[in-house]
Amino acid sequence: MVMEIVCPAGTPAALRAAVKAGAHTVYCGFNDETNARNFPGLNFNRSEMRDGVAFAHARGAKVLVAINTFPRAGDEAIWHRAVGDAEACGADAVILADLGLLDHASRNHPGLRRHLSVQAAAANADVINFYAGTFGVRRVVLPRVLSVPEIAAINAEAEVETEVFVFGGLCVMAEGRCSLSSYATGLSPNMNGVCSPASHVEYNEDQGVLDARLGGYLIHRVDRGEPAPYPTLCKGCFSAGEKAGHLFEDPVSLNAERLIPQLQKAGVTALKIEGRQRSKSYVAQVVRNFRAAVDALEARRPMPEGMLARLSEGQAMTTGAYKKTWR
Amino acid sequence: MELTVGSNQFFWPAETWSGFYDDLTRSPVDRVVIGELVCSKRLSFYQDRIPEAISKLVEAGKEVALTSLALVTLKRERKLTAELAEMGVTVEINDLTALAYLLEGSDFSVGPLVNVYNEGTITWLASRGARRVCLPPELPIGSVETLAKAATDLGIAIEVWGHGRLPLAISGRCYHARLHGRSKDNCQFACEEDPDGLDVLTVEGRPFMAMNGVQTLSDSYACIDHQIELLRSAGVSALRLSPQSKGFVQLCTLYRQRIDRTLSEGELANAVLSFNPGVHLSDGFLTGACGAEWSGTSNS
Repeated sequence: MVMEIVCPAGTPAALRAAVKAGAHTVYCGFNDETNARNFPGLNFNRSEMRDGVAFAHARGAKVLVAINTFPRAGDEAIWHRAVGDAEACGADAVILADLGLLDHASRNHPGLRRHLSVQAAAANADVINFYAGTFGVRRVVLPRVLSVPEIAAINAEAEVETEVFVFGGLCVMAEGRCSLSSYATGLSPNMNGVCSPASHVEYNEDQGVLDARLGGYLIHRVDRGEPAPYPTLCKGCFSAGEKAGHLFEDPVSLNAERLIPQLQKAGVTALKIEGRQRSKSYVAQVVRNFRAAVDALEARRPMPEGMLARLSEGQAMTTGAYKKTWR
Repeated sequence: MELTVGSNQFFWPAETWSGFYDDLTRSPVDRVVIGELVCSKRLSFYQDRIPEAISKLVEAGKEVALTSLALVTLKRERKLTAELAEMGVTVEINDLTALAYLLEGSDFSVGPLVNVYNEGTITWLASRGARRVCLPPELPIGSVETLAKAATDLGIAIEVWGHGRLPLAISGRCYHARLHGRSKDNCQFACEEDPDGLDVLTVEGRPFMAMNGVQTLSDSYACIDHQIELLRSAGVSALRLSPQSKGFVQLCTLYRQRIDRTLSEGELANAVLSFNPGVHLSDGFLTGACGAEWSGTSNS
């Protein structure tokens, strides 16, 4: 079977662009803190979601709704409502991470398909099967800490489908297990759906040197004219002992397009593209390229070469943990 | 209020490890979590010492729990995690994988690296047999209060991170190995050189984080001095003290004195600073605008 391309959509326009460009599946979120890309001006209100699902269904595409932050104590009703509304909008599945929310969804919305978010960081077959058996999870998005052989080993034992990230932003830390952002800014992926938020970024230029700070901490310092990456915490330049540099990760993004055949052999069902914050033209272009790649693979034609390099905005690319040496 | 010693996050030589738990038998703590949280490669150096350490602690009247790893991926790690259930002591799950191996209905504890953010999650964990939960350090006081209330009704004891470098992230990549230009598989145990983690500074020289193998910690040491009354009235039943290489028993004694009101607010922080020179304190996750903040007046 052809591998499923799962595309991001931060806006209704991006959803339509992704579907038209050949996305098998689009994932999106409501415009509040229930999803892990809670950025200003992004995401869907309820009627946009209903229309988006109808648009996708009319063209044979599916829509997944990410409700993958961890509900705040005392305010779980907001997250419960999101699950109910996703079902009412006709979503094909919800993507969840929180144990309490998985329990709620499986008891109150048994007919709504459940996927396990990467935010749950389920990194081995035993815990994947536990989620499947306990909450009826049908697909697991794997954390970006695994090599391709490890993914193959998981699929040999897992009772459910797996989905892996192939393109876009790259978390260096196990997702859903990281409080770096809230340590520096008070806002975190788990609680607020944001990491290294723009509200806490400051740029300052002095005598030809540009400083990028997050929550007051200097993350990057570059000379004028050099590329100034966004100050994402784990990709900053720091010093430890005698060494200085990008101690955790370089300012790179993930591109695993060349690994698609290996990921198919490893038994992966779906390929996920990161970037609900991206423009509709970016999304359409990435979708077209990945769709061409999986169609070529299915038809046993050679893979199109290096098609996505120009989309990385001059950033370096990595295959991340898929190659074991990354660790 | 009780004191729980959390699992040691760092890699210490086996002799040091044994000495640390010997000393804890003579400390004013109620509970000790033992075992490897961060990296399975470290375990072979001291694994055979764990049963004896458990016996000594139990003999000294301490409750003991055995931690799971924080991130279980390899076959060997799955086997190690499955075996925890056979050790005859309470298991503290720090990755949900550990729960998959426990017999349904058996009692267990939940460590600070499991995402317990709301009543639904704590209720579900209680239904599976959770009897004690150390809340994630990132939770603000409002969430702690709501969860402590829910936990009381469920018969669950709530712990809050009280002292020590905060666990901020866990990764598939080993930063200590990377810093030394090695791969994770050939790390040569670089993390052993830094018994309390290696300071990570901004390019300006401002302390920010600490690396500890695959784990990233805060530079600052959490210190709960200014929130003890708040936590007590919220119904929090224990504070968790995270091991450090020097002066840990004295530190436990100071926290005991603060709980027993023989040390007053501010005195504890001053004492912690005076025998940890150069250390920065924080309590911002609970009551500040961000985790790194410190509500006290004094700091290094």
